Amino acid sequence: MTVNEIINPANLVYEKPKVMNDTPMHYCPGCSHGVVHKLIAEIIEEMDFQEKTIGIAPVGCAVFAYKYLDIDWQQAAHGRAPALATAVKRLLPDRLVFTYQGDGDLAAIGTAETIHAANRGENIAIIFINNGIYGMTGGQMAPTTLVGMKSSTSPNGRTVPLNGNPLDITKLLAQLDGTCYVTRQSVHTVGSVRKTKKAIRKAFENSMMNKGTSVVEVVSTCNSGWKLTPEASNDWMVENMFPAYPLGDLKDL
Amino acid sequence: MNDTKKKNIEEVRLMKGNEAIAHAAIRCGCDGYFGYPITPQSEIMETLMELEPWNTTGMVVLQAESETASINMVYGGAGCGKKSMTSSSSPGVSLMQEGISYIACAELPCVIVNVMRGGPGLGTIQPSQADYFQSVKGGGHGDYKLITLAPASVQEMADHTVMAFDLAFKYLTPVLILADGVIGQMMEKVILPPFQPRMIEEEIREKCPWATLGKPKSRKPNVITSLSLEAEEMETINIRLQAKYHKIEENEVLYEEFSCDDAEYLIVAFGTSARVCQKAVEMARAEGIKAGMLRPITLFPFPTVAISNHANKVKGMLTVEMSAGQMVEDVRLAVNGRVPVEFYGRMGGIVPSPDEVLKALKDKIVKQQLVIN
Repeated sequence: MTVNEIINPANLVYEKPKVMNDTPMHYCPGCSHGVVHKLIAEIIEEMDFQEKTIGIAPVGCAVFAYKYLDIDWQQAAHGRAPALATAVKRLLPDRLVFTYQGDGDLAAIGTAETIHAANRGENIAIIFINNGIYGMTGGQMAPTTLVGMKSSTSPNGRTVPLNGNPLDITKLLAQLDGTCYVTRQSVHTVGSVRKTKKAIRKAFENSMMNKGTSVVEVVSTCNSGWKLTPEASNDWMVENMFPAYPLGDLKDL
Repeated sequence: MNDTKKKNIEEVRLMKGNEAIAHAAIRCGCDGYFGYPITPQSEIMETLMELEPWNTTGMVVLQAESETASINMVYGGAGCGKKSMTSSSSPGVSLMQEGISYIACAELPCVIVNVMRGGPGLGTIQPSQADYFQSVKGGGHGDYKLITLAPASVQEMADHTVMAFDLAFKYLTPVLILADGVIGQMMEKVILPPFQPRMIEEEIREKCPWATLGKPKSRKPNVITSLSLEAEEMETINIRLQAKYHKIEENEVLYEEFSCDDAEYLIVAFGTSARVCQKAVEMARAEGIKAGMLRPITLFPFPTVAISNHANKVKGMLTVEMSAGQMVEDVRLAVNGRVPVEFYGRMGGIVPSPDEVLKALKDKIVKQQLVIN
């Protein structure tokens, strides 16, 4: 069998999504962002929505999300992505509008914008990367940092008397009447990647059917911030993050 | 009479300044209003909600959870090339400064209305002009300027709304309408602007090729952002912004003169203060004092050249503001020491009376000139 015989469409089982740009990777090796970006690109391509999608990028490591996906983007101020998305979707109701936000962006500085957009039931999808740390600014404590977890601003581990409790904002969002689909997933195994893809696709479809706000939390790793190897990060996440942020659907109307 | 003729008849209405802004916004084809209640400007959103323009022109009106959210909704809407606006009063506008700085840097067109009240802090709900510095000197972080319009009547509240959108789209920059509680709350006759249709999507794609409406295969993605991690790139953006502000200074200065032809003394005032000062000028004239008034309509760009020219003709100037004296600094820069420039103002929500202004003109300028001569 020659190489040319192998390279034929019938044998093609995987390719880079066309919506994904050839951008030099700025995310750290082992980071979950890359996987989630690729999933979004695949879904937009499969839904044939490239011409109808507007992404809202956050402040944080994913501030450069717009470099990776070949769609129109707006980059929001820290935490304000749901406010931008609200206006974009209301002014362009037949477009797919999603925000892509980290835990600091969505659950600290942007808590009000997140809760109120979700409570109004804006027909947007919120992709929420929860790695329990501020990655871009160098590993500071986030609202979702676990008790006992070390960060550059909780060097001896987060304590409740000093730092307060971790915020399970996804659980909170599931309580709101405006949300139609709230789920928590991960991308650390092949199986979990497939589940996350299904979840994001459902969130995108919901927003096109005007069912309300969909939230897909992806419990993620930040091996640089956590100061672990990519592999050890996955193990640490399974052992420590999953008990605090259990995977599965919190709401599916 | 046919419909066209009916429409062409200028319809005189009686309404508040705040209401005039709401009507003018609908009529000039505004696509989206996003606001948060605060006195003394709440009638803007109340009127819009009452008029339900989503049923007529298709305009979106939304009450946001905060001024932070509303200015960021404006960012989102403006990024789609949609005519987007918000309104607030002083404390709320302080909260918007982050968003305004981002919008200025991302070079998006939008309209912001500030119906000023007394500050600092929560202050009062009475009229003030103490947000002049915040409006024309930056307000938020970084080197940017806002085109700032200062209406002095209900008619101008309507007219400036239309003009603000035109300027915003001409220069791709946020435009601020800087009114005060008097202009917002008082009722006057107004002729509302004619209806213009909202821009259809093809029009937006043509006029705003940068707008994020979804990426056709034929073009690269549009990205609305204010971020550049490279300093050289960021400096280039700054140079471009400064060039734009310079062009605005060259082309868009607006002001009005009253009794200036033979004036020996010039009062400089904007908005409500200018209305008070116009009366003071009339009273001065009745007493034989040759007073005149220059009213800046654009605060940025400031009528520096016009004031400078007056400095060659008059004996002294008095700047009157409802603040501790902010615009007076720009008047002094324009005059550059050629004649005395004095200030009279009231703070915290007090509107000065024409008598007070006349007395200040006599005490601070006219009498001093007599002493010198």
